[in-house]
Amino acid sequence: MSKTLFDKVWDSHVVQHIENGPDVLFIDRHLVHEVTSPVAFLGLKNRGIKVLYPERTFATADHNTPTRNQHLPVKDKLSANQLKALEINSKEHGIPYWGLGHEKNGIVHVIGPENGITMPGATIVCGDSHTSTHGAFGAIAFGIGTSEVEMVLSTQCIMQPKPKSMRININGSLNKAVTPKDVALFIISRLTTSGATGYFVEYAGEVFKNMSIEGRMTVCNLSIEMGARGGMIAPDETTFEYIKGREYTPKGKEWDKATAYWNTLYSEDDAVFDKEITFDAGEIEPMITYGTNPGMGIGIQKGIPFAESVEGGVATYKKSLAYMDFNEGEAMVGKPIDFVFLGSCTNGRIEDFRAFASIVKGRKKADNVTAWLVPGSHKVEEAIREEGILDILNEAGFELREPGCSACLAMNDDKIPAGKYAVSTSNRNFEGRQGPGARTLLASPLVAAAAAVTGKVTDPRELIA
Amino acid sequence: MAYDKFNILKSTAVPMPIENVDTDQIIPARFLKATERKGFGDNLFRDWRYHPDNTPKEQFVLNNPIYGGKILVGGKNFGSGSSREHAAWAVYDYGFRCVVSSFFADIFRNNCLNIGVLPVQVSPEFLDKIFKTIEANPKTELEINLPEQSITILETGETEQFDINGYKKENMLNGFDDIDYLLNIKKDIEKFAESTPL
Ligand code: SF4
Repeated sequence: MSKTLFDKVWDSHVVQHIENGPDVLFIDRHLVHEVTSPVAFLGLKNRGIKVLYPERTFATADHNTPTRNQHLPVKDKLSANQLKALEINSKEHGIPYWGLGHEKNGIVHVIGPENGITMPGATIVCGDSHTSTHGAFGAIAFGIGTSEVEMVLSTQCIMQPKPKSMRININGSLNKAVTPKDVALFIISRLTTSGATGYFVEYAGEVFKNMSIEGRMTVCNLSIEMGARGGMIAPDETTFEYIKGREYTPKGKEWDKATAYWNTLYSEDDAVFDKEITFDAGEIEPMITYGTNPGMGIGIQKGIPFAESVEGGVATYKKSLAYMDFNEGEAMVGKPIDFVFLGSCTNGRIEDFRAFASIVKGRKKADNVTAWLVPGSHKVEEAIREEGILDILNEAGFELREPGCSACLAMNDDKIPAGKYAVSTSNRNFEGRQGPGARTLLASPLVAAAAAVTGKVTDPRELIA
Repeated sequence: MAYDKFNILKSTAVPMPIENVDTDQIIPARFLKATERKGFGDNLFRDWRYHPDNTPKEQFVLNNPIYGGKILVGGKNFGSGSSREHAAWAVYDYGFRCVVSSFFADIFRNNCLNIGVLPVQVSPEFLDKIFKTIEANPKTELEINLPEQSITILETGETEQFDINGYKKENMLNGFDDIDYLLNIKKDIEKFAESTPL
């Protein structure tokens, strides 16, 4: 049978197939951070074993870290403990560790691609569900739990049944101010947060072909929010151009050999997917979420849906709106907001800062808005300075923080206060995700920028010439 | 870490008829700072269970003494969101050995299986029956029979089969884990690695 892109990569990594059970899947590269790894390392210690392939393992500090004064000792004792534990564990097992202040430090899914750890055709895992980001390169990448982190550390394998396959096709060209984030939020709003559970998704069609690699990362990143194990896009020239010359990518003859192989990574014309969905790019508007899961998104000019019109339980829906203190039928545009968060592995890369800056340039931050602008890595931070974006931001009254996950999961001090509204470029609007009682509106960097300068939910198209 | 064996579990259940219960609700991120797997049960459903001043929210089901038992019954799409195994640990540490729902998020289901909590997926109709029976009588017992792959509402005798792959079933019955298995085939893995460039 003709193979899909996913089949090609998965099948070439199966060490063993267990009848009526999972496949033993070999993992090329394993990314580790401070929060989901300590118990796994403890497991290794209890078994008296070492990391099998430290050279395939990379560690960074991101989830827990402060976004100010990173040169000072971390104040929160528990966070400091976790960071210390990762540093010690990395040293003990010979794993490269890019801790706070290290030039390669940053959010795990930002630094993987940046340093060329992420490559087409590879299997990549990390104890973080947004590992799906790396699928943008044509890799199979997904998040795993701590028991699996322990498995990969000790044996470089995990055991999982092969997921079903789904292809999402979007053809046509995107409307003005519609970004990859909007494309993803649109898909999730159509599929719901469980619509792709059990599937691995391939994104195909003109829209993704024409999308930058950073945009592809945003889309693949959000695959998990529709329940998918992960999402991927066939590698092409855009991919190769991005990774060429990065530290961990092959060089010289090895590069030629690699690209020859990568060029074979696509779904055959007659490959069959378990499920196939097609949308038209023209349908997609700038999006915003109004509820407490990423599937509760609408075109920014639309009103909040009525309970009867949504699939799923009415009680759950009403509970969600009550948490947000929104009513059915209300318009989103014009709602006052308190915070703006630009950052995370979804939208914390240089293109996102460029987009944000394109709107705030020559304008001023609204007085009622507190804005947290957090680059995904030191390299992103550096580019922000070099490209003059920092000046634009500063002139508009914004300051830049230091890299990390920050308010994406609010494990550090960057917590949105209870009851406050935040327009966030991150990936989850769950109750309390950005701090106990926080109310999150997920959106693109353009929508976030429009909110930041107007102090309310604003259609970015109004601010673009 | 090998875990408890699972065979037949007979217990009352805690009903939570809410859909899309995500892992941030099961355990909020600020409680993920431990470096050992200890005490997560205290923070299970933390923000639904306690007010900001740490007094219990009385109307929340875990604070209602009428309900108890080793089985948690949740609404559709249980465990969506983050990969944090801490969510499964919290469920386990609180005392649950089984979670029943009509639909589970992938990673959460995997995490449960990896630590010895059995996820049992039932039809939406059966889930509804469970909720209704418990509502009428909170002392309703469920029987989860892993060897037979069946779940029964003991009061009414209604029963349904559930799926689990043969490999995971063996693991659960015997308390084995995947690492035991993988370490046994380490030679094959090493051979495979040699032919797989970095
Ligand atoms: S930014 Fe958010 S989603 Fe991304 S790795 Fe950090 S916590 Fe996970």
